Amino acid sequence: MSIAVVCRQTIIIVMLGSLGFLLSSCTERSWNNPYPAADDDKNIAYSVFDERPKHLDPVRSYSSTEYRIHGQIHEPPLQYNYLKRPYQLEPLTAVRMPVLNYEDKQGRTLEDNASEDDIAFSVYTIQIKPGIRYQPHPAFAKNEKGQFYYQNLQASDLEAISTLSDFKHTGSRELVAADYIYEIKRLAHPRLSSPVFSIMSDYIVGLKSYAETLKQVNERQNDNNQTLYLDLNKYPLSGVKLVDRYTYQIKIKGKYPQILYWLAMPFFAPVAVEVDKFYSQPGMKERNLVMDWYPVGTGAYMLTENNPNRRMTLERNPNFHMDLYPSEGEKGDIEAGLLKDAGKQMPFIDKVVYILEKESIPNWNKFLQGYYDVSGLSSDSFDQAIQFGATGDVALTEEMKNKKIKLLTTTETSTYYMGFNMQDPVVGGSGDRARKLRQAIAIAIDFDDYISIFRNGRGIASQGPIPPGLFGYSEGVAGYNPFVYTQVNGKIKRRSIVEAKKLMVSAGYPNGRDEKTGKPLLLYYDSTGSGPDQKSVWDWYKKQFKKINIQLIIRNTDYNRFQGKMRDGNAQIFSWGWNADYPDPENFMFLLYGPNGKVKYQGENAANYDNKEFNRLFDKMKNMQDGPERLRLIERMVDIARYDSPWLWGFHPKQFVLQHDWYKNRKLNLMAHNGLKYLRIDPLSRKINRQKWNKPILWPFWLIVISVVLVVVPAVMTFRKKERQSMKEAG
Amino acid sequence: MFAYVIRRFFYAIPILIGVNVLTFSLFFIVNPTDDIARMHLGQKHVTEEAIEKWKHERGYDKPLFYNESQSGLSSITETIFYKKSVRLFVFDFGYADDGRSIGKDILERMWPSLAIAIPVFLVGILVNISFALLLVFFRSTYIDVWGVIFTVVLMSISTLFYIIGGQYLIGKIMQLVPISGYDSGLSGFKFLVLPVLIGVVGGIGSSTRWYRTIFLEEIGKDYVRTARAKGLSELTVLFRHVLKNAMIPILTGVVVIIPLLFMGSLLLESFFGVPGLGSYTIDAIQSQDFAIVRSMVFLGSVLYIFGLLLTDISYTMVDPRVRLN
Repeated sequence: MSIAVVCRQTIIIVMLGSLGFLLSSCTERSWNNPYPAADDDKNIAYSVFDERPKHLDPVRSYSSTEYRIHGQIHEPPLQYNYLKRPYQLEPLTAVRMPVLNYEDKQGRTLEDNASEDDIAFSVYTIQIKPGIRYQPHPAFAKNEKGQFYYQNLQASDLEAISTLSDFKHTGSRELVAADYIYEIKRLAHPRLSSPVFSIMSDYIVGLKSYAETLKQVNERQNDNNQTLYLDLNKYPLSGVKLVDRYTYQIKIKGKYPQILYWLAMPFFAPVAVEVDKFYSQPGMKERNLVMDWYPVGTGAYMLTENNPNRRMTLERNPNFHMDLYPSEGEKGDIEAGLLKDAGKQMPFIDKVVYILEKESIPNWNKFLQGYYDVSGLSSDSFDQAIQFGATGDVALTEEMKNKKIKLLTTTETSTYYMGFNMQDPVVGGSGDRARKLRQAIAIAIDFDDYISIFRNGRGIASQGPIPPGLFGYSEGVAGYNPFVYTQVNGKIKRRSIVEAKKLMVSAGYPNGRDEKTGKPLLLYYDSTGSGPDQKSVWDWYKKQFKKINIQLIIRNTDYNRFQGKMRDGNAQIFSWGWNADYPDPENFMFLLYGPNGKVKYQGENAANYDNKEFNRLFDKMKNMQDGPERLRLIERMVDIARYDSPWLWGFHPKQFVLQHDWYKNRKLNLMAHNGLKYLRIDPLSRKINRQKWNKPILWPFWLIVISVVLVVVPAVMTFRKKERQSMKEAG
Repeated sequence: MFAYVIRRFFYAIPILIGVNVLTFSLFFIVNPTDDIARMHLGQKHVTEEAIEKWKHERGYDKPLFYNESQSGLSSITETIFYKKSVRLFVFDFGYADDGRSIGKDILERMWPSLAIAIPVFLVGILVNISFALLLVFFRSTYIDVWGVIFTVVLMSISTLFYIIGGQYLIGKIMQLVPISGYDSGLSGFKFLVLPVLIGVVGGIGSSTRWYRTIFLEEIGKDYVRTARAKGLSELTVLFRHVLKNAMIPILTGVVVIIPLLFMGSLLLESFFGVPGLGSYTIDAIQSQDFAIVRSMVFLGSVLYIFGLLLTDISYTMVDPRVRLN
């Protein structure tokens, strides 16, 4: 084949390709639409996940990324009201809020106002609604004779099975109280390692010994090579009782009102014994057919596709029970259009597709193109989306406004703090010297500045351990930390460095030197940072300490080593954080409770703070109902902690979420795990906007084609000239 | 040749054991089993009891290499190394620490990796060899000079730049293809165009320069002069004679990577949301999942050894003088 023929063919291919481009540009649908054309008009929501969930089994899962999937599937007896603030619990599958009875040591019922010393047990009676049914699932499938299709399978029966949809038959059954009891028993399952077992075994009567029993049974089964199904129903748990088909009781040691919050978490969602048996059959695990990956529940959605390497799909549960959109909210909800669907049956969206998107750049761009309905905000895209007004108010940029994108913000029920190891000889202890040093550092480290520089203003400087939105938090001048801030003209202002230096002098470190030895004060910050931005954070910390002439040495290490240091008490200054399990101040105050110390008790009190008065007040406060007395105790505890300064208090992050105009009913709720059922989308508006925003632009393509031609033509001409030359020479 | 293959197979066994020992040692020196357990159990409410239970369930409560509490062979077999490694030799990868079957995951993730790697590999070879031959054809002209400069520029740019730049230009500005994503079957074509294009463009610089050097070495040889003296066109000389004789060095570099195509591309897969094997190992290292790490390292070693064997065999096909004995 001559070179001329090759060139001609190349030109023809390029022309055909260009024609193809032009023809396909005539179609209405955008070229870059990643979804099938058939789904354009459908009531499907699209979102992302950046990390594959580890567990979807309600007894094992303990992470918000997992809750957003299986929180839509599992229904514990209680839930958080979607619209009301502060967060309020309400019945979900329960008929009413659990009925509480106190009992003494002999099991006699006590009056509601019985003294705490007399109360040996709290018995919560929970009645669930009849008629709630599980999602369709092969575990429930029965033939005409009422026998299960898939309950006595052998590995060979599963040869043609790779996913749940390969099972021909599905079935369902009514939710009963026994399913809730079964799940509570699963907390002690020796093969499941529930992360809350240690806490729950402190409260649920008999759970600890139940775990011992199951452990022995499990070991016997292992010895006999019967490692599959462990029948929990054979072994009774004294702390739970089945009253009737729809009613059960949980018996708690002493008083523990926080159990109600736990009853709104998936750890207390029902699990059907048939499902557990189904997944325990031989051959299931090898096919990833396990509860951890295909959870089964009564919720508004069911997981129909679980490919954590690529995509997870939730579809409307056809058996979902009557559940109406709330008719009441808080002030401003009507104006925000959040009550337009009041009284309507939920859910509103038919299908939700979660797509694995590890990198923030494609995620953000696809959101702007309309292919994701909602997006968070990374530092990379922050300036493109958000602008601050002259008064510091947050607003969307013109680009976002033109696309009618909405911004939702809320302060998270979390706290990120810098802590001192209270066992450290320099910064720790209850002595005056160390306390004044800690107070001086607390003034010097300007977390308002940190939030502004490193978090684009997304956060508020903490005044104490309790984040906004929780009982015990006071806003503004009513709740400022007087050891770090002062009040000027009704506004709070960080105390000056001069005051911090005075504290340094009275601590015995004038100009940052030990007055006895004359040596400069060196402090060590243990960090686990990595990445290019971390260096600037460290430099910022060093600069803050330098304000009071302290030299900060950064000891960076990996997370494992860091945890080891914290466990052994070898860290001096560190950063840590805590997300609320439930909206109760007890869940934050316990981070400073002495008997919860990390070194001595492996607890969550990373600073190993141990103040007798604080501990005493905590013991008193933790089981009280919210009210003026509890508030008084909390305020006293906060005062003690502020004075001792075991933490630098840090900041409470603010969450910024962007969503398109076609995404309705969204209100950020940091406690609710089942928020999907409230949401609605307008697929038509989305389709129109996607087409408008994604028209292919072809001129750069033509530019590239012309450039290629401009390079190729002289090359071909040179080639032909050369060929002719060599032929002449040969001839 | 059969005897040669069998011999190479037996040579591979100690290599694989060595790779396993090395991976195992490095992994567990950096990550003690307690830390692995903590990582998997999360950050809240992790007790020593829960850690012990987690380790026991997964067999991490045994000694690493030698079990003093056992006697005889059991002192070797009742160790983490033996329990976790021996079944690899029958390609039983077991379960990841989160309970998923590794074998099933590999089988699932292999196809998306291949869907990108094979077109990148084939189109890349075609483009790079053609471009290199073109430069050789126009050697010592302005086209060669600018071509070499162009390849050096291409080589100097990070793959990450090609990816982000490609996504920005073709996905975001021109809006011709989806910025990221993956689908199986024909509907997956639109998702593959951009990563394949970037994969090919990203490889042009270094590969073209390498092929050009090989071809330039060949073009000065006597048989080329003879071919030209016989009146063959330059194109025929290049494609029929030079290319064929340059095959041995080309095969050395190319055939060995064919089996490794299964392992995918970390960056391309991450940025384009392709659920392949490329990111599987890195994710496992980050989550300290030794079960996946050892499986992927073992698989990588096996494929590399297989690739070397294929290279040797391919020599006999392109050069009759080579004998496998």
